[in-house]
Amino acid sequence: MENELTHEKRVLQGNEAIVEGALAAGCRFYAGYPITPASEIAELMSIKLPAIGGTFIQMEDEIASMGAIIGASLAGVKSLTATSGPGFSLMQENLGFACIAEVPCVLVNVMRGGPSTGLPTSPAQGDVMQARWGTHGDHPIIVLAASSVKDCFEITVQAFNLSEKYRIPVIVLSDEVVAHTRETIVLPKLEKIEVVERIRPSVPPEWYIPYEDNSRGVPAMANMGSGYRHHVTGLVHDPKGFPTQRPDEVDAFIRRQYRKITNGFYEIQMSKTLMMEDAEIAVIAYGSVSRSALHAIKSARSNGIKAGLLQLITLFPFHKKAVDAVLRQCRSVLVPEMNMGQLVREVKRVNLSSKVFKYNRVDGQFITPDEIYDQLLRM
Amino acid sequence: MKEDRYEIRFGGSGGQGIILAAVIFAEAAGTYEGYHVCQTQSYGPEARGGKSKAEVVISRREIDYPKVIKMDLFLAMNQVALDAYFFDFKPNGILLADATFVEQVPTSRALVLPFTRIARDQLGKEIVANIVALGAVGTLCDKVSIESLEKAVIAKVPPEFMELNVKALRAGAEAAASVDLSFLPRSIVSEEEIEV
Repeated sequence: MENELTHEKRVLQGNEAIVEGALAAGCRFYAGYPITPASEIAELMSIKLPAIGGTFIQMEDEIASMGAIIGASLAGVKSLTATSGPGFSLMQENLGFACIAEVPCVLVNVMRGGPSTGLPTSPAQGDVMQARWGTHGDHPIIVLAASSVKDCFEITVQAFNLSEKYRIPVIVLSDEVVAHTRETIVLPKLEKIEVVERIRPSVPPEWYIPYEDNSRGVPAMANMGSGYRHHVTGLVHDPKGFPTQRPDEVDAFIRRQYRKITNGFYEIQMSKTLMMEDAEIAVIAYGSVSRSALHAIKSARSNGIKAGLLQLITLFPFHKKAVDAVLRQCRSVLVPEMNMGQLVREVKRVNLSSKVFKYNRVDGQFITPDEIYDQLLRM
Repeated sequence: MKEDRYEIRFGGSGGQGIILAAVIFAEAAGTYEGYHVCQTQSYGPEARGGKSKAEVVISRREIDYPKVIKMDLFLAMNQVALDAYFFDFKPNGILLADATFVEQVPTSRALVLPFTRIARDQLGKEIVANIVALGAVGTLCDKVSIESLEKAVIAKVPPEFMELNVKALRAGAEAAASVDLSFLPRSIVSEEEIEV
């Protein structure tokens, strides 16, 4: 493993960096079904995982893939699957199971044009709301968006860490541009990477209460097969893991799900600001589009326009605090997206009286810096 | 803010090795010359035929927008790709085209060399036409040396084809070096456009 990471400058694709990030974070199980533009993740995992004693399975479809990574994670192994829109739709049912059973796992969705099989080789950002609300019922979820090869590595490590720490599925959103761009990257040494493990029970097996609340709201998690016998179900369950309909238990269960994530907002909600100090107008962007936005902002600055960028890394839980600060500071804000306007609604919801413009491209093409610059001139 | 982006576009039909040429160029610039690089591509769902486009941006600074904004160099391996992707030039940009498959060029600031014919006649393998072209790219681009390209080629191709590919790279570099570029117009933008 150590000699896998050379710590030298390398040229990697976004998808390759996701694999490196997952392995560095301790992922040792991958189940998936190949799909453009995510296939390279499965391809590389199929080579790298067996070589370090991990497991790679190509499943019959994405429903089974999601089921397999839930099973592996319950057995104590950090697990990953990767897909694109059509597969992501199929995964929603089991994703809900991972949410209610609080199974840590990471799911990469390399977005392409949709709906349905849509535009297999074109970039898009149309799955943002699906990532948040694709599976039914009230549930918190963590959604992170990568914009570069470096991001792909770092965010995948973060995804595993957050997933383990909060016992929650984490979705990494990438897109065709991020996935297939090759960039120079220096991978950090393994010992420099912070890796978080789920907290396992410290009590003897007979005392173990699998969904017992605590100050963090995250119950200790025992590996299946380690003697800590417990029940895992998709029904709302009591602290012992058995189905319940008692209103007090159901309410406490659902609220604990939210509380554990709300408690962690400070660490979960990640964003970057660039040239925001004295900005009068701003772009709020995520994923590959934030790179076009950054270029546009530099052009604006060199022409005397005080523009800044807020790049959202965590899309959900939505980073209201960071957005609110930008909305208060700037006279108007632009949200460019490769969809008809999904995250812009969340931005508007933060402060309904502020001026928020949207710019959308849905023709399967990447938004260029010039297009964003033109929009900035009108603000 | 000063820019130092050097941008290349590679265009051809699927199967001509356009993306591989771009990847090798990116690795030479990134791994052996120490540049920041971004290499992107767009291609249709079909594996062969159609047109395919790959781009490389190199810079001493971190690169924000990963695709080409204004080209320094455009390598066109056939007429269809040339006609489709001939846009977004810097004034001192230059066109490099494969004379084997390109019949007419839209600018005089062009270097038209028979890459595929060189590959076929001098090297006996048409498949290395992309590497021949890459050699010519190396001659025209002052950012990445032929030595770095050679290292990147060696790192990328299987050992049994190494010699052939290195020969191809050198053949392309020599072909481009034998042309006197000082006779070309200084700008790719036509004079009338400059006046406006």
